[in-house]
Amino acid sequence: MKSNVGKLLSTAAIAATISTGAAAATLDDVKSKGFIQCGVSQGVPGFSNADVNGNWSGIDVDACRATAAAIFGDAQAVKFTPLSAKERFTALQSGEIDMLSRNTTWTYTRDTSLGLDFTAVNFYDGQGFMARKDLGVESALDLDGATVCTEQGTTTELNMADFFRKHKMNYVPVIVQKADEALAAYASGRCDVFTTDKSGLAAHRSKLSDPNAHVILPETISKEPLGPVVRHGDNQWKDIVTWAMFVQVNAEEMGISSKNVAKIKSESNDPGIRRLLGAEGNMGESLGLGADWAYNIIAEVGNYGEVFERNVGPNTPVGLPRGINNLWTEGGVMYAPPVR
Amino acid sequence: MSDQNSSSIKNFLNDAGNRALIFQALLLAVVVFVGYYLFSNLQANLADQGISTGFEFLNQPAGFPVLIHLIEYTEANTYGRAFVVALINTVVISLLGIALATFIGVVMGLARLSNNWLVARLATVYVETLRNIPLLLQMFFWYFAVLATLPIPKNSIIFGDFFLNKRGVYSPNPIAQDGFGIVIAGFILSIIASIALIVWAKKRQTRTGLWFPAYWASFGTIIVITFLALVVSGFPIEFDLPQKSRFNVTGGMVLPPEFVAVLVALSTYTGAFIAEIVRAGILSVNWGQTEAARSLGLKDSLTQRLIVLPQALRVIIPPLTSQFLNLAKNSSLGAAIAYPELVAVVMGTTLNQTGQAIENIGLCMLVYGTLSLSISMFMNWYNKKMSLIER
Repeated sequence: MKSNVGKLLSTAAIAATISTGAAAATLDDVKSKGFIQCGVSQGVPGFSNADVNGNWSGIDVDACRATAAAIFGDAQAVKFTPLSAKERFTALQSGEIDMLSRNTTWTYTRDTSLGLDFTAVNFYDGQGFMARKDLGVESALDLDGATVCTEQGTTTELNMADFFRKHKMNYVPVIVQKADEALAAYASGRCDVFTTDKSGLAAHRSKLSDPNAHVILPETISKEPLGPVVRHGDNQWKDIVTWAMFVQVNAEEMGISSKNVAKIKSESNDPGIRRLLGAEGNMGESLGLGADWAYNIIAEVGNYGEVFERNVGPNTPVGLPRGINNLWTEGGVMYAPPVR
Repeated sequence: MSDQNSSSIKNFLNDAGNRALIFQALLLAVVVFVGYYLFSNLQANLADQGISTGFEFLNQPAGFPVLIHLIEYTEANTYGRAFVVALINTVVISLLGIALATFIGVVMGLARLSNNWLVARLATVYVETLRNIPLLLQMFFWYFAVLATLPIPKNSIIFGDFFLNKRGVYSPNPIAQDGFGIVIAGFILSIIASIALIVWAKKRQTRTGLWFPAYWASFGTIIVITFLALVVSGFPIEFDLPQKSRFNVTGGMVLPPEFVAVLVALSTYTGAFIAEIVRAGILSVNWGQTEAARSLGLKDSLTQRLIVLPQALRVIIPPLTSQFLNLAKNSSLGAAIAYPELVAVVMGTTLNQTGQAIENIGLCMLVYGTLSLSISMFMNWYNKKMSLIER
């Protein structure tokens, strides 16, 4: 009897320490584990997708790799947890993953009431519609009465509802738990239209049996700034993830890439570049990292332009134009605060 | 004085009943304390992490659509209303599934016992196939099989005012006009009359032994009286007919493929288990009972109805209850193929938009708990009613 009570108490004590553990410093946890546990999608080509050998690639995957490079100097020190849209926030809140990098839209509600913090934007997106070419639809405003397939647990669900309400159009919503099954329902003809972020549309279209039979409608019905997310309250960890992204944008702006970074580090006289690459002083110290944190990011993962071209650029199956995601100096909105 | 005091405490503690009480009280205190500690710890952690708590979100506008809603629902309604919509969808699919699974189960259970070789083998194949494949797979199979076989809306199969395509079955939607109250009144009246008839027939049979086909007669009464009421009030029903539109068929009533797939998957899967339970129940009744009934001169149908089935039911009902509970809980798998039941709407969309996992999952647990306990209570009542009354 007494020993039972004792067991009960000690179990409760363990449960209590586990549940408070989530709020502790993520950087220390990650360093002692030796890797970052990164939440990604269950397969969106160009963003986070595993090949037949289980190797992950994509823009969102590279956000995790850049953070790992900054901490360990090893972009491979990442383990991935594929998550559905509806699982993702709970996985992060509960401490199952260290960062969430899963084409997740930065919104007011998510930032303020989910106990999460958005770090930076690694892709500016907007929601669109994909329809069969033979329907002859040219604009999203022609969609009155259409049946629409989409994945559950995303901003997409709400944007779609707002769009149809705003234009006083009727529609039939078919909301499926996983993106792959939503796409399968669309492919089988259950729906006239498939809706998600436009980058996602391009990625999903590349998965269909005949991508050319489907057309992405011109309208963009929402703003979807996508980026990595961390738990609220761990400011140091948030800074690391944020600046891992900013470094990549700054590097592209300064013309530093994975190919020339070693040369620039040894040859450059520009004090800004020397500070960034750790040739002078230690900028990493205030993040709890080494002096070569930024150098490692650029050397192992590359600058933002390289990441974009490698994963979703015109020469990939996803084939997205740089568009709004170009640097601010090139007519886009990618703009990062200076490293100084 | 103090000596007397300490000895009375000793006596009090040595009493077995008192000691049991003290231990119970201690245990209760520990349980309450641990529960309180965990709860306050949870509250503190949620507050630390900046996660909202409480049920206020139920009054916030939901903003998302729901495919199937049996009560009025639009995106402007609240999360609370979406919850009710989902709850109704779960209850409806569970009850329909239970009814259909029982029917399939009884038919297949009897078929397995059939003397006809082919019928018995077919029933065996049905049972062994369906109960050995995971339910989720079967749901995907039905959903995508239905979608793959049916035509696209442009090539709908049309019977009069009925349309069939990948988007579902469209039928005329009856809309009640003025004077429909007379029909409803007639219907209720005929039901009351039927109950009276059945009660009368039973009493007469106990008194005189004469038999009267009360069930057929009351069925006829309901049909005739309701039809007469329709004629008298001048058919106060108008139909909203489905029509072809640009993308699809609009208007009318629609039975979406998600609903059909979930219902078929749930009822055929559970039906396979029920078939075995029914078979076991019937086999558990000694053959001597049938022989005795025959020697009394009872017809085969009466032997089954009056002798075998009542005894078989005592074996059937307890495991049947478990199957009903399983079906109700398995309905949550409908979320995977877009059937908007509780898990899809509350644990899927609502949880994701509000981020309040504990409240939403708690709500779902409460609903499934209540639903299961209600089914359980009903079946226990029925079990008691059917059990052997010893004289």
